[in-house]
Amino acid sequence: MANKHILGLFSDIDKPANALDKLKDSGFDESDLDILTDTPYPEGTFGEQHTSHKLFRFPLIGAACGFAFGLLITAGTQLAYPLVTGGKPILSIPPMVIIMYEGTMLGAILMTILGILIESRLPRLIMGAYDERITEGHVGITVVCSEDNVPKARTILESAGAIAIKEA
Amino acid sequence: MQERVYIEPKQINKDLMKGLTETPLWYWIAVGCLSLVFLTAAISFGYMMNKGLGLTGLNRPVFWGFFITNFVFWVGISHAGVMISAILRLTGAEWRRPVTRAAEVLTIFSLLTAALMPLIHTGRPWRIIYWFLPYDFSRGIWPDPRSPLVWDPAAIFTYLTGSILFVYVALIPDLAVARDRSTGWRFILYSILSLGFRGNPRQWKLQAVAGILLSALILPVFVSVHSIVSWDFAVNIGVEGWHSTIFAPYFVIGAVHSGVSAVVTMMALMRWLWGWDKYIRPEHFDGLGRLLIVVACTWFYFFIIEFFFGMFSQESPELALRHLQMFEWPYNMLFIIFLLTGFFIPVPLWLFKKVRRNIALMFWTSILVNIGMWIERFLIIVPSLQRKQPFTFVWGSYQPTIIEILIILGTFSMVGLGLLAFSKLFPLIPIFDIKEGQILHEDIQIGRVKVPGVIKD
Repeated sequence: MANKHILGLFSDIDKPANALDKLKDSGFDESDLDILTDTPYPEGTFGEQHTSHKLFRFPLIGAACGFAFGLLITAGTQLAYPLVTGGKPILSIPPMVIIMYEGTMLGAILMTILGILIESRLPRLIMGAYDERITEGHVGITVVCSEDNVPKARTILESAGAIAIKEA
Repeated sequence: MQERVYIEPKQINKDLMKGLTETPLWYWIAVGCLSLVFLTAAISFGYMMNKGLGLTGLNRPVFWGFFITNFVFWVGISHAGVMISAILRLTGAEWRRPVTRAAEVLTIFSLLTAALMPLIHTGRPWRIIYWFLPYDFSRGIWPDPRSPLVWDPAAIFTYLTGSILFVYVALIPDLAVARDRSTGWRFILYSILSLGFRGNPRQWKLQAVAGILLSALILPVFVSVHSIVSWDFAVNIGVEGWHSTIFAPYFVIGAVHSGVSAVVTMMALMRWLWGWDKYIRPEHFDGLGRLLIVVACTWFYFFIIEFFFGMFSQESPELALRHLQMFEWPYNMLFIIFLLTGFFIPVPLWLFKKVRRNIALMFWTSILVNIGMWIERFLIIVPSLQRKQPFTFVWGSYQPTIIEILIILGTFSMVGLGLLAFSKLFPLIPIFDIKEGQILHEDIQIGRVKVPGVIKD
């Protein structure tokens, strides 16, 4: 049976915290619950779990790849066409450092962006239950559950003070 | 002192998406005027391509003139944006919120314009393809990374890519706001660009971490870019005036000086044109003014050091160059204008709080700084090249032609048009950041006084 997405929309920030507690007490798994807001609230405002992520690994990997690419392109091109310029060594380290540095930073930035998208679970192709009023300051609580649990979720959200409930 | 007033989230959306939803008369007038200037520049450039670089004032030994001066100038302007944004994010400065995006966007358009200048300077821009793509496998010719001509594109490409991605990541939540209140092609565009952003705690946390992480990554790139631009000059051992060992930090701080001033100019224009008085307040100009005092004094210190170290050796060519810069027409006149506009008029004025909080005065002093900084780059490049070298067989001087002047004006209109186009498609002030500032802001009663406080993790 396909899972259903239920959205409860709240007009202030106190009621969603209560709704979330009630949903958890009723046996809904925390991983199936989500809070949607239009701005970042301090972590734990709605009693949600702290989010862990591995974003910091991405720039390190990117930097290593970028450095390797910089080294390859600078050393490789000089060795491939060994033209002595101004009496300097074929493998001149100071100018190589510049390209390797830029390569390192570019690799780190590109991988950070990739990391942000992966860790944010973006792009999200299917929006699920959503309401445009969320970006106007309302708070949304989404529940992913089986069709059997839909009435229970709706009842909890309504009793907690949701001003609208949507299904998708 | 934070002087904000509470604004409903719905109203914030409405106010800050004004650019996307409304097209006032001034917008069309501005687009029309800037397009005219741009078109004139494009025609001039086409004519120059057809007839050759002989139409410019470039001649032996001055082969770098207005175009390269303008290149250094725009790279400088591009530095403020990301620098301001990154430093203010890293230090958690509360007044950064309305400033960051405008500054970042200014970086992108000025950097794009800067990158165009060396191409225009070549006179035959299509031939550049043989320069940066010489992967001629049959003859085994490769680009030479020992050349500054390879360092520059590498640095600018990294900075440009980083800046665009930096702006984009911070724009995603606002794209979701735009998606939720648009229809037609705009809805499709914002839906694609917002990547299905919904605003859950994980996405917001990643936004916050990304802002700090990308700031920390982009700051070293920002320092490297103008350092490398300075090395374009400094590694040329045959030209006096370009040898100072502090050239790189001198260029970087000069870039910050002109760039932060450009952000002030842009903030004032945004406040006047879009009517964002509630968002861009005198306190923001006060903050930028204080920052400018520090930056300008540091820049002036480097300028003095560079100047005196040059003369301290008592080498006659270096002394002759300084004599040319300070006492010979027209450089003496430019030298005085540069010192007055770049430092001696604006900095004493910024010392007064009343001036820093006066938006019109901040606007005009920021314009003055950039006039001075443009002249500074000119004074570094042209007199140094014009100096009579022993083996130069033609000792010409440099006088810009109307073609060069029109192309330079065209670059200013290009940046202006880019910013206007951006403001029509995307919010110029970060909506979610403003809303976050409101949530975290609270008045705290201490004794008999209420002071603004900010809640932080």
